[in-house]
Amino acid sequence: MSKVRVLVGTRKGGFILTSDGKRNSWEVSGPHFGGWEIYHMKGSPADPNRIYASQTSGWFGQVMQRSNDGGKTWEVPGGGSVPGPESFMNPAPNKFVYDTSAATGKPMTTHQFYDGKPHPWEFKRVWHVEPSLTEPDTVYAGVEDAAIFRSTDGGASWHEMAGLRGHGTGPRWQPGAGGMCLHTIILDPSDPKRIWIAISAAGAFRTDDGGEAWRPINKGLHSQYIPDPNAEIGHCVHHVAMNPKRPGVMFMQKHWDVLRSDDAGENWREISGNLPTDFGFAIDVNTNHPETVYVVPIQSDSLHYVHEGKMRVFRSKSGGNEWEALTKGLPQSNCYVNVLRDAMAVDTMDPCGVYFGTSGGQVYCSSDDGDSWSAITHDLPEVLSVEVQTLP
Amino acid sequence: MIRVSLPYHLRNLAKVGSEVELEVAAPVTPRAILDALEQRYPMLRGTIRDHVTKERRVFLRFFVCEEDWSHESPDKPLPEAIASGKEPFMVIGAIAGG
Repeated sequence: MSKVRVLVGTRKGGFILTSDGKRNSWEVSGPHFGGWEIYHMKGSPADPNRIYASQTSGWFGQVMQRSNDGGKTWEVPGGGSVPGPESFMNPAPNKFVYDTSAATGKPMTTHQFYDGKPHPWEFKRVWHVEPSLTEPDTVYAGVEDAAIFRSTDGGASWHEMAGLRGHGTGPRWQPGAGGMCLHTIILDPSDPKRIWIAISAAGAFRTDDGGEAWRPINKGLHSQYIPDPNAEIGHCVHHVAMNPKRPGVMFMQKHWDVLRSDDAGENWREISGNLPTDFGFAIDVNTNHPETVYVVPIQSDSLHYVHEGKMRVFRSKSGGNEWEALTKGLPQSNCYVNVLRDAMAVDTMDPCGVYFGTSGGQVYCSSDDGDSWSAITHDLPEVLSVEVQTLP
Repeated sequence: MIRVSLPYHLRNLAKVGSEVELEVAAPVTPRAILDALEQRYPMLRGTIRDHVTKERRVFLRFFVCEEDWSHESPDKPLPEAIASGKEPFMVIGAIAGG
């Protein structure tokens, strides 16, 4: 029988939740890296025991962690003792430096700050790690201030894919309220050269050549909080999801509005339909039913908690527009938690398991496509991210 | 032997106790100590000072013989008590936040 391993990043450490395929009984391990913010943990599809984690702190900066045994033990890639001075500074673990070289960096010195004035790019943290679909030692990192980095040596050294910031619109990007973060990276299983990313608050972008050339893909997004609601960039995309069995069909939770694209992001159309509010952060797609989509409506951008004090996941089985509230097993009164953009995930079992974590430290699981829910654990620190691995 | 005291989270990151001991050639300065520390424990690179500029991270402090050396030149020779190992070079996490 298959097993599942749920990787939970929280404000004060990482936790690993494991269960058999029934997904009824759980073991919780952690906190790993207690006291540190674990923005994201994700396992390699090519080697499920290889897990990458982004460990960060306002005091000590960014640390990357790697496990080769499914999260039992961890190491800083490239962080082993160096025997002699000749190898000092090589490798350079945890080093994220923007590429400003004339050859590849197309020197980028500023973006727009909150006040609309030019502001230098400053690395703050890694929001999202995305392991390669095929190479365990290759992993991508989405960072704040927004850029994408790649490591091909298991996380020991990182190099910016500078074509993203350098493609032309970078100097006009502005941060969202949470910072100017690159929070979503989606790799195309049908085309290794195609990658989608999303940035708050610049929008969605795509490369078709492995990361050399990038362009905005925001046609159809309408955002009334920017001077030109239909601008090429400037949209606060909160998250994008794609069923890997159907590359190019994308679902987006924007600051306001839920949207879909059927042409790899070339064009988007709103599918908010009958949602009680279309503000939110998390969105995901059922593994087995690619037209089944999940969102967690949040009251508003001023009130970052669930709508009407009820913890409700909304599901559309028709690819959007018609949504039903999923409430069985979820609190339906006095609930005022948030569900962040990377805090929802689906497993690859049938029926599909759906998981999400809250700002109140609950991690919920549904093992029946969302029909019913139960809390795996109630009292973790604020959940920043949830990923799940389905294991043989 | 130079003694370096690390804050809780960096001890855990480097998998060491409250103090580490390092060989540092004279003249013993903050820069020389941190270079030796980062060479011995590469996972600490970037956690105490910036990878590129080598500036101290703003929420960390350096205490030396009951004095705050955070704003001293990194190339200023440290007191004999540090160089001899009688007193530790202390890396302190600022008390801030919640």
